[in-house]
Amino acid sequence: MSTEEREPLFSPKNMKLIKNPINLSNPITVQVLGICSALAVTAKLMPAIVMSISVLVVMAASNVVISLLRNGIPPRIRIIVQLVVIATMVILVDQVLKAFVYDVSKQLSVFVGLIITNCIIMGRLEAFAMANKPWPAFLDGIGNALGYGIILIIIAFFRELLGSGTLFDIQVIPQGLYDFGYVNNGLMILPPMALITVGVIIWVQRYYTRELIEDN
Amino acid sequence: MYTNGYIFRYAAIMVIIAAAVLSTSAVLLKPFQDRNMAIEKMGGILASAQIEGVETENTIELFNKYVVEEIVVDQNGNVVESFKEGAKEDGKAFKINMKTELYKKKKGENFELPIYIVEKDGIKTYIFPLRGAGLWGPVWGNMALNADLNTVKGVTFDHKGETPGLGAEITTKGFTSQFAGKTIFDESGKFKSIKVKKGGVKTMPANEQIHGVDAISGGTITSDAVGEMIANVIDGYLPYIEREKEDPR
Repeated sequence: MSTEEREPLFSPKNMKLIKNPINLSNPITVQVLGICSALAVTAKLMPAIVMSISVLVVMAASNVVISLLRNGIPPRIRIIVQLVVIATMVILVDQVLKAFVYDVSKQLSVFVGLIITNCIIMGRLEAFAMANKPWPAFLDGIGNALGYGIILIIIAFFRELLGSGTLFDIQVIPQGLYDFGYVNNGLMILPPMALITVGVIIWVQRYYTRELIEDN
Repeated sequence: MYTNGYIFRYAAIMVIIAAAVLSTSAVLLKPFQDRNMAIEKMGGILASAQIEGVETENTIELFNKYVVEEIVVDQNGNVVESFKEGAKEDGKAFKINMKTELYKKKKGENFELPIYIVEKDGIKTYIFPLRGAGLWGPVWGNMALNADLNTVKGVTFDHKGETPGLGAEITTKGFTSQFAGKTIFDESGKFKSIKVKKGGVKTMPANEQIHGVDAISGGTITSDAVGEMIANVIDGYLPYIEREKEDPR
């Protein structure tokens, strides 16, 4: 290990850890993980953003913690250790939200608790943090959380705009349009349309990113 | 290399550290959380009385302005305490734990319940806090009655963890706005409460419809819980209401 040359903090290899999950290995649209929360909290932009930030904090922090512990974790109980770390982080985030952004924490209600079961986090801990140093693990956590968050925010943008005619609860579709007979699409607020929106995003992404298209 | 002893030690130490971190944070953040909950409680009381323009920032100010009296009544309808002056969150009524008092009621012991009296533009509104058991956890709320102590002015509901999209809909305007104008007593003065009717109010007899609201589709257990909560808690206030109707203070 000591003979290895020190890598610069933002080497191309490290930057890839952040960039890849945003597009090429996006947790939602490519790996199709974490769909549950993507459907649940995206009816409005605000909860989607808070959820993304919460996942970002939990993911980065637990990736670092697991990476630091990786040489001491007994393989036989490693999943339990990972769960304890994630659960601790999630409860911390929940407590902080309750103390400082109470309204938003009420909207997220049960979904903050469900970060614990977000398979993206478990997946990154098991696949990356258990085998890498803290700094790359931190970047990997940030990258995956960003990839997750971006999709969440895109979905929430369209759902809130088309479903409620608002963005951040501010009316953006002019009253004039309603006078002409425009109506909000109530279906957008319901989870099925989130799934369809995810599908459309996957379609658009694959159209522009040819390397994602399978050969057959 | 990883002996059983090591695994047990590792697990034990990990759990102790996690517990220490969590309990420290819980203790440190408690004051902020309690503050938020008190503000939310005030907001609910004001909202049920149909006071508009209540934001998180001005809740305490508006609460102190519009709540002119907080009273505590016992099981026989006697006024145990009346609190008028000072910050309203210091009143005994605001600190009463509905859960323990309603438990006492259930067991047939003596209990005390809070009532808030809001006065705006010379119109008096009585607000009765509610609490009951929903599907997954507690549900609670406030019911505001007009000065006749019969007609509902407005209600608010909240819950710990009812199913989003189904039971959790009790908090929405679509559900709560149905309550306004309903009455809790029939013409002969008999207590009827407000029923949350599965299948809709239109399935009730015509003379009963004034005492009912539509339940939430897919949220039957929570809807029933709300109806049950109103009947049970208002029942505890009945001696006071009867007395107050005959001889207003």
